[in-house]
Amino acid sequence: MGAVGEKPRLIDESGRRIDGRRPDELRPIEMEVGVLKNADGSALVKFGDTWVLAAVYGPREAVPKHMTLPDRAVIRCRYRMLSFSTHERKSPAPSRREVELSKVIREALEPAVLTELYPRTTIDIFIEVLNAHGGTRTAGVTAASLALADAGIPMRDLVAGVAVGKVDGVIVLDINEIEDMYGEADMPVAAMPGLGRITLLQLNGVLSPDEFRTGLKMAMEGIRRIYEMQKKVLRQKYAVIEEE
Amino acid sequence: MPKILFENRSLVVPGDVVAEGDRLTLATPFLRRVGRSVVASVVGLLTVEKSNNEYKVGLIPLEGCYYPRPGDVVIGIVRDIGVTSWLIDIRAPLPGVLNASDYLGKPYSPSEDLSKYLDVGDVILAKVAQFDRGRDPLLTVQEKGLGKVVEGALIEIKPSRVPRVIGRKRSMLSVLQEETGCQIVVGNNGRILLRCPDPEREAIAVLAIKKIEREAHTQGLTERIKDFIIEQKIKRGLIGGSGR
Amino acid sequence: MSITPELPLIPRLKANAIMNLLARGQRIDKRKLEEYRDIEVRIGYIPNAEGSAYVRMGNTQVLAGVKLEVGQPYSDAPNEGVLIVNAEFIPAASPSFEPGPPDENAIELARVIDRSLREPRVVALDKLAIIPGKKVWIVWLDIYVLDHDGNLIDASMLASMAALLSTQVPTVAVDKESGEVTVKRGEFQGLLPINRLVTTVTVYKIGDYLVVDPTQEEEALSGARLTVAVTEEGLIAGMQKAGMDYLSDAEVERAVEIALSKAPLLIGKVREAAKGIRGEGGEASNAGKQG
Repeated sequence: MGAVGEKPRLIDESGRRIDGRRPDELRPIEMEVGVLKNADGSALVKFGDTWVLAAVYGPREAVPKHMTLPDRAVIRCRYRMLSFSTHERKSPAPSRREVELSKVIREALEPAVLTELYPRTTIDIFIEVLNAHGGTRTAGVTAASLALADAGIPMRDLVAGVAVGKVDGVIVLDINEIEDMYGEADMPVAAMPGLGRITLLQLNGVLSPDEFRTGLKMAMEGIRRIYEMQKKVLRQKYAVIEEE
Repeated sequence: MPKILFENRSLVVPGDVVAEGDRLTLATPFLRRVGRSVVASVVGLLTVEKSNNEYKVGLIPLEGCYYPRPGDVVIGIVRDIGVTSWLIDIRAPLPGVLNASDYLGKPYSPSEDLSKYLDVGDVILAKVAQFDRGRDPLLTVQEKGLGKVVEGALIEIKPSRVPRVIGRKRSMLSVLQEETGCQIVVGNNGRILLRCPDPEREAIAVLAIKKIEREAHTQGLTERIKDFIIEQKIKRGLIGGSGR
Repeated sequence: MSITPELPLIPRLKANAIMNLLARGQRIDKRKLEEYRDIEVRIGYIPNAEGSAYVRMGNTQVLAGVKLEVGQPYSDAPNEGVLIVNAEFIPAASPSFEPGPPDENAIELARVIDRSLREPRVVALDKLAIIPGKKVWIVWLDIYVLDHDGNLIDASMLASMAALLSTQVPTVAVDKESGEVTVKRGEFQGLLPINRLVTTVTVYKIGDYLVVDPTQEEEALSGARLTVAVTEEGLIAGMQKAGMDYLSDAEVERAVEIALSKAPLLIGKVREAAKGIRGEGGEASNAGKQG
């Protein structure tokens, strides 16, 4: 992505970022499950101004039938941005970026889902970016994992994700769109925090080995915090009813 | 000595470590051993039973699709008509198959149009005769009380809530039937048939079942449902202020 | 090529229950035949869109958004802006929606809404020229059905009208010599110029009965429907019959009557939602001038 306009200063004298956050601070995060009535499971996740809706159907019959596997469920995953989710309108046709991200996200969730319990079926995961402001794929994985849990699909652990970056030489957590656009590196990470297993890892940019280690450590720490929020929102769904 | 980290009937979510150690029996596929820990894989209620020094832990899922088991009673909808069998929607990831020979109770060779016995949209009460992972579940109507359903109201609830609608030793189902006067057949696949003396009692029964569905994870539900039904009957003028 | 679709599966017991109730002038959720479900309209929902609205009609959920781009006018209307309407039924919205490009139902919905906006000139396209003959505003209206529980056209039309009302036109810098137009995203010069409000009321035939705002179950039993676009002045601005069944002329007459009587309710909902942006009386203002 080329920079448009002048590069703003990303870290000020007091070490604060362009939106006032400290380097290790997450954006305000909101999560809700069960937002769609038809889908078997759904979740709406907001990381600041990045809003992602995830919907899950399954396990269900595969169409066409020959697209199944005899010993496990097939996962179909689609990541897509709504036309008005970005500053410039995005054409509805799937872009190469969306195709790549659909694969990367599916591979971030496959290690978690106990697909062998449902042979010859399909589990469909649809991720729609409603508003994009950086870190959409990691917000997408986080939402998809909640939607899978909401659907009652067994998983080894929840999957949580966040993107770290290097801006003006500083490693920062949960980069927003400006930091992504003008920074020196961005690194999305997703993991099953309870098991310590990393399921998504990409780097766009240049980092020294030390910077990479710092970044990964910061990402895993952020992921653990996001994981606690996921658990909380899943529990909350039943707590509300208890009070009725 | 094993360590149990949650109380009996606690709400657990995927990734929660519910116990550690050995001498633990796992009574469900939704709890998994990872090293010395036992981890939950779905959102559900943990059950802990202790006898002598042995612990048995189970998990009642609060969400999830209906997955057929032989012996299950299911309420199905005819979806497609084949040459020697019907394809039945049983709300499972795979469709049920009902052979004409089973329906007719005698060997069948393709000679007539099967739609004259069961047409698309017809409702049947059946049992799952067989289900192995390689093939679609096989249904039977050969037992007493099974077959085509011609009258009654049909509603759907989450399959995970079915055990609660039936209750321990059918206690909840008895309360529902006695207090509403309705004849109620509960399919393991989350479909329920009601035959009620009048539309008012049918409405009450439906409301009561939906309430059980929402509050399935709470305590003292049977009593609350009984009170609820009586309240409804009073509200609708079906009974006087105090008695039945 | 259009192919006869597979009918959605409704259990006979359910179908009978619905028909019996209709005969008594009732529906499963206790509504009357000509009653709409609970309607929620939230305007300006999506931060990155120039205009947007979320609509919930019962359990049906629709999201519509507007993006403005600078582009070339159509050659037969060189001094007018361009309106382009797209619609998608996302696979999340129903177990029967498959991922892929919009099917004939989504395309029909988009085109019905397009005509309902275009014919009565809802958007004042003549006020959207930047450099007449060369550069105009392209108004992209994108509709996404998020959750399908029937009556998608009316819900989508509501969301579209509300999204257009909430749309702000970005500021532009025009270099008169080179003809270069630069959009200053984040800065706005005013609201999208709107001439009038329009809504659609779709009347569904179920057996011998005419109902509005069916749930997905009721829709599955309906053989034909008539969508009528009605302007705030009570003029009929468009019509579309759909479905494999027919309508008698008495049914068409009656359907139009129903549509004209229900239109004010829906127009009112849009006005109410846009009150904060467009003034207390909810008048559609002609605000928005070209920079």
